[in-house]
Amino acid sequence: MLQIDLWKRVMIWLLVAAGLLLALPNAFYSRVETVNDTRAALAAGAPVDESAASGWPSWLPSGLVNLGLDLRGGAHLLVEVQVEDVYQARMESLWPEVRDLLRAARDEVGTIRLQESAPDELVVRVGNEGGAATAAGLVRDLAQPVVSLTGVGASDIEVRSQGQDVIVTLSEAERIATDERTLRQSLEIIRRRIDEVGTREPTIQRQGADRILIQVPGIGSAEELKAIIGTTAQLTFQPVVTQTSDPDYRVASGEELIPSLDEEGVFYILEQAPVVTGEELTDSQPSFDQNNRPAVSFRFNPSGARKFGDYTAANIGAPFAIVLDDEVISAPVIQSHIPGGSGIITGNFTVEESTNLAVLLRAGALPAGLEFLEERTIGPELGADSIEAGKIACIVAFVAVLIFMALSYGLFGIFANIALIVNVGLLFGLLSLLGATLTLPGIAGIVLTIGMAVDANVLIFERIREELKTARGPARAIELGYERALSAIVDANITTFITAVILFAIGSGPVRGFAITLGLGIVTSVFTAIFVTRLLVIMWFERRRPRTLEV
Amino acid sequence: MRLRLVPEETSWDFFSRIRLWVGFSVLLLILSAASFATRGLNYGIDFQGGTTIRTESAQDLDIGAYRDALAALELGDISITEVFDPSFGPDKHVAMIRIQAQSGEESVGEGRIEEVRTALQSVVEDIRFTAVESVGPKVSGELIKTAAIAVLLAMGAVLVYIWLRFEWQFAVGAVVALVHDVLLTIGVFSVLQIRFDLAIIAALLTIVGYSLNDTVVIFDRVRENLRKYKSLALRDVLNLAINETLSRTIMTSVTTLIALISLIVLGGDVIRGFVFAMTWGVIVGTYSTVFVASAILLRLGVKRDWSKPDANEGNQFANVDA
Repeated sequence: MLQIDLWKRVMIWLLVAAGLLLALPNAFYSRVETVNDTRAALAAGAPVDESAASGWPSWLPSGLVNLGLDLRGGAHLLVEVQVEDVYQARMESLWPEVRDLLRAARDEVGTIRLQESAPDELVVRVGNEGGAATAAGLVRDLAQPVVSLTGVGASDIEVRSQGQDVIVTLSEAERIATDERTLRQSLEIIRRRIDEVGTREPTIQRQGADRILIQVPGIGSAEELKAIIGTTAQLTFQPVVTQTSDPDYRVASGEELIPSLDEEGVFYILEQAPVVTGEELTDSQPSFDQNNRPAVSFRFNPSGARKFGDYTAANIGAPFAIVLDDEVISAPVIQSHIPGGSGIITGNFTVEESTNLAVLLRAGALPAGLEFLEERTIGPELGADSIEAGKIACIVAFVAVLIFMALSYGLFGIFANIALIVNVGLLFGLLSLLGATLTLPGIAGIVLTIGMAVDANVLIFERIREELKTARGPARAIELGYERALSAIVDANITTFITAVILFAIGSGPVRGFAITLGLGIVTSVFTAIFVTRLLVIMWFERRRPRTLEV
Repeated sequence: MRLRLVPEETSWDFFSRIRLWVGFSVLLLILSAASFATRGLNYGIDFQGGTTIRTESAQDLDIGAYRDALAALELGDISITEVFDPSFGPDKHVAMIRIQAQSGEESVGEGRIEEVRTALQSVVEDIRFTAVESVGPKVSGELIKTAAIAVLLAMGAVLVYIWLRFEWQFAVGAVVALVHDVLLTIGVFSVLQIRFDLAIIAALLTIVGYSLNDTVVIFDRVRENLRKYKSLALRDVLNLAINETLSRTIMTSVTTLIALISLIVLGGDVIRGFVFAMTWGVIVGTYSTVFVASAILLRLGVKRDWSKPDANEGNQFANVDA
């Protein structure tokens, strides 16, 4: 008959209490937020005012619902990493090796010339007829095995000969492995650069094969975010061939024309293959040169230091260029052999510029260019307006539904209302527990849940009304009402839940936020309808034992 | 004293003018299709690429001045609309500026937004840019595709679920009703030229969920009544089921509409389109349950051979609700 085991009752109340407790911090959002920030700072060892951490008791849960960018304001960027850039860099760095190798075998292959080619190929023309095959064989020995799970046994380059040309390309396995490395590296560099600026709770996620999603709350604009990430912050040290003032100077292949950063109208012709790149930097600090002008000191890792040392030893008296983002910062003449792998970059810097450059160098250069596919900036005031409007709409909807239910079902309506209040509390508790993000459509999802949550109760109450006409006595009617309404409740909610899951799986950003609140709302509303209201009804029934029932 | 939206006992015949209702639905569908074909949808940047800028200023909005300021930048088609909301004070004037995707660009134009900002600042000093969003054509194409996949997938999943839980005729009825609701919603967006963006897809899927919820509740009762009244004509069984659940149908629609309407009025202009889609969907969904899903069920007929109650015994889904 109408009864629920004691342990079940205890379980239900415990669950409700736990949910409400988890939801509690959200009622004091800004206070708990400050406390959480202070605690995090303390844990990180930062010197902060410890009294700020006592604003919220430590024995209470302090998880909050995250606010999405559309509610808090901030910037969102979706970038695509130009993984092909790396192929080109690889080919460029291969050229000196190939050149030295073939020069040594000049007797067999003849003179060699680098040909214009697609960026991801290296084409070398050999002088001797029929020498291409021999040359290809020699170059093939430069190949190294690919280190990856799928490419076992594959080598990193593919060499073929065509007429008098030797064509070198990266193998498929190497491309896959390179792409993966490029993406991870980009992700890490972007993360470090954003951390360096110190905004809180940035989201930096990989999306698909070659995309990265970046969301930073509280930042002024997407432009600012782009500036921090830097589009092509590439540092290289390249040998200088000559200097010119003619912007249309025709460069030989294997060389490039790069403008100077601070000398107007001055261009440098540089060898394309860099001696060392910024990737081999281990540290850089703002400092001052001997004339007390701002400068940036740097240090290479061992392999970078060896390359740099060898090059400076062999080219004393020759100029070499420090190139950042396709601009020559400075082109000093090598005064002496620099063996230790550390040096200093001078230029017409201000103190601020040298500090920024040091940060940029320390964070490392991005291995490939970024293309911005999507950028969004939401101002904090618009977010605040949205929260305010959403809050008011929620409260009004809530109160209106409560009144409507009470008018329609009387005492049972009150039970349903208690369940509805518990339901919204549980929903916030779950959102906090999961650390889910609340977006503006998410708020709409909550409002929709408020409207639809009563559905399960309505189904049950209507069924009880029907059963009252035929069943023997109120107890039996209540029991049958719950029993018979269950299949409709289950079917109706599972189908809605399916759509929420699909939305979550496929949607992104705000849509996902909506799917979360809708899906969790279904779970909590079914729970409250078939357990909480039922318990309330039964408790009332046990106490009153009514002979007739009005639903 | 109870508030009653529907008389306690009803025995309305919902199928007496069914041809009329089906004709009405078909007419609406044709109108939607015609509007879609001729006017198309007012796609947001999510689906078409481009940039939208939301500006705020204390000065009265002079669209002509904005347009003149931007004309020099040669950005092609620019639309500028004023946004109204009851919550705005007298010194808050909000505009939405929409700039089309520039031809031949895969991504967001570098520095262009900065140019637009400067140009507008020179005309309106106190202008603030509360939201700036840009989507490159590359992403927007993919977004359309995934959105369409999401809607189709949801319908497919639902079709399968109802097929397993009921009979195939029920599944067909439910899904045709869903398609009906989704098409009419797209139609209304085409007729009114409300901006159609990613959030609207979420709304469409919610409509799918809601409409289904409604349909399933009635079908559940139909199934029950089919077992209870073995010799009653299908039309009467359907009528009985709809009448029995009518009070619930109306109650739930009303509570949901109460919530949605408060959101339309008070929830701010940013999500108004989204909420409008859901409100429309609730109305259409409730209507289609009775006049589309049930009508199709009536037309298709249902297997009435419940004489062997054990026929479903081996079916693992038969006892889910037990």
